[in-house]
Amino acid sequence: MDKPWLVVEYFVSSRFMWGAALTLWITIVSLFFGILVGLLIALLQESRSRVLNALAVGYLWLFRGTPALFQIIFVFNVLPQFGITLSNFSSGVAALAMNEGAYMAEIVRSGLQAVDRGQRTAARALGMKEWQVMRHVVLPQALRIIIPPTGNQFIGMLKLSALVSAVAVEELLLVANQAASANFRYLEALSAAGIYYLIFTTLFMAAQARIEDWASGKRRRRMRKASLFERMIGATGDGGRVR
Amino acid sequence: MSGARSIVKVCGLSKSFGDLQVLRDVSLDVEQGKTVVVIGPSGSGKSTLLRCLNLLESIDSGTIEFDGQDITHFGRQAFKARRDIGMVFQNFELFAHLTALENIVLAPVRVKGVAKAEAEATARQLLEKVRIPEKADFYPDELSGGQQQRVAIARALAMKPKMMLYDEPTSALDPEMIKEVLDVIQDLSRDGMTSVVVTHEMAFARRVADRVVFMESGHVVDDAPTSEFFHGTSSERAKRFLDQILQH
Repeated sequence: MDKPWLVVEYFVSSRFMWGAALTLWITIVSLFFGILVGLLIALLQESRSRVLNALAVGYLWLFRGTPALFQIIFVFNVLPQFGITLSNFSSGVAALAMNEGAYMAEIVRSGLQAVDRGQRTAARALGMKEWQVMRHVVLPQALRIIIPPTGNQFIGMLKLSALVSAVAVEELLLVANQAASANFRYLEALSAAGIYYLIFTTLFMAAQARIEDWASGKRRRRMRKASLFERMIGATGDGGRVR
Repeated sequence: MSGARSIVKVCGLSKSFGDLQVLRDVSLDVEQGKTVVVIGPSGSGKSTLLRCLNLLESIDSGTIEFDGQDITHFGRQAFKARRDIGMVFQNFELFAHLTALENIVLAPVRVKGVAKAEAEATARQLLEKVRIPEKADFYPDELSGGQQQRVAIARALAMKPKMMLYDEPTSALDPEMIKEVLDVIQDLSRDGMTSVVVTHEMAFARRVADRVVFMESGHVVDDAPTSEFFHGTSSERAKRFLDQILQH
């Protein structure tokens, strides 16, 4: 690295900052909608209707069975033929959110199933309607189980967001790539981008610990918390995954 | 005893789970203010009967009337009637994410629309009644089984039910905690709460029940006033069951 200051130069340049901000924004928006989609699919899976179950299974089959990159390119290039034209950004976010939904559904569902059936029975016996049982008894308990793996999804999504560079959204990776291809300073440009990614993931993990504390309510934590480092290297058991 | 109004009338109730018929032509009357204890070997249909009374199970045939209303079929009226029936489960089923007080307050506030402050005041009175006022802010996993079950009773009472159903309320408890729960149930019974109790506690049945119902293989075999049931007029099958139970 004969021009180490170039890393700093890139890092503080407005292009990189915007790219990083866009990466963060893509991550947040995609994950937000991904969670909503996941909740919906999980509820479809849990419903008693065979048709709705089948719908959910079809969705999972489609979105877990194809690469995320394929889905992004498909939404951007193929949907316009059917009259659905989305901007580059929207295509990327829509595809990521739908993809994420397929994975969140599994997480949400395992959370819902982890809540003992007797809890629902007791809530019904108190005269609660089905949605009240869900809202006041099942979801709050499921949330505690759902939140830790969702934190991992956030980090996964941050990394996955780089894929939308394929449809020319100027997020962090594309910005770095463009900067590098102008002068072949790949090491410096990618290092600057890499530092942003690492800062974000580190901050997420710290935030995740806070959220887990919050989700566990007022109660004392009896278990030892995983350290930030353990979280980062995925030593907490449910680590990252490859798509 | 005669002339009291029946609050529950079950007529010809049958229920199957797939090929397994768990209730066969069951009829049962519970009079207002009385306590009926249902006994019988496991698998005899006692718990299913209770669950049917509270609409937690659909039934195949027969009718259930509660407080003058036909609640046989699930519907708005039936579900409204359910608010007037309190139920206590073998495994307590306190909501794990809520404190004792929050457990008690939840349904009155969400289902009946009672103001929160009022519901909390009532909840504290109820905790007093079940003799654990000091545990209001504890989570279920910080309470002993006996304490959890008493909170569960308070939670059911908070809906001001006209009848209480107890499904083996002491079966999951350590022996030293059984008494504290039974004492609470007995107090409520003595105060005139209509109750149906499924239990294996024979001493409790003798002491508290107005009537004893003995079930076997989905049938009601005996249905008699407590003193008659325990003093000879019960069926041979019931006697055999009692002998087995009382031997240990």
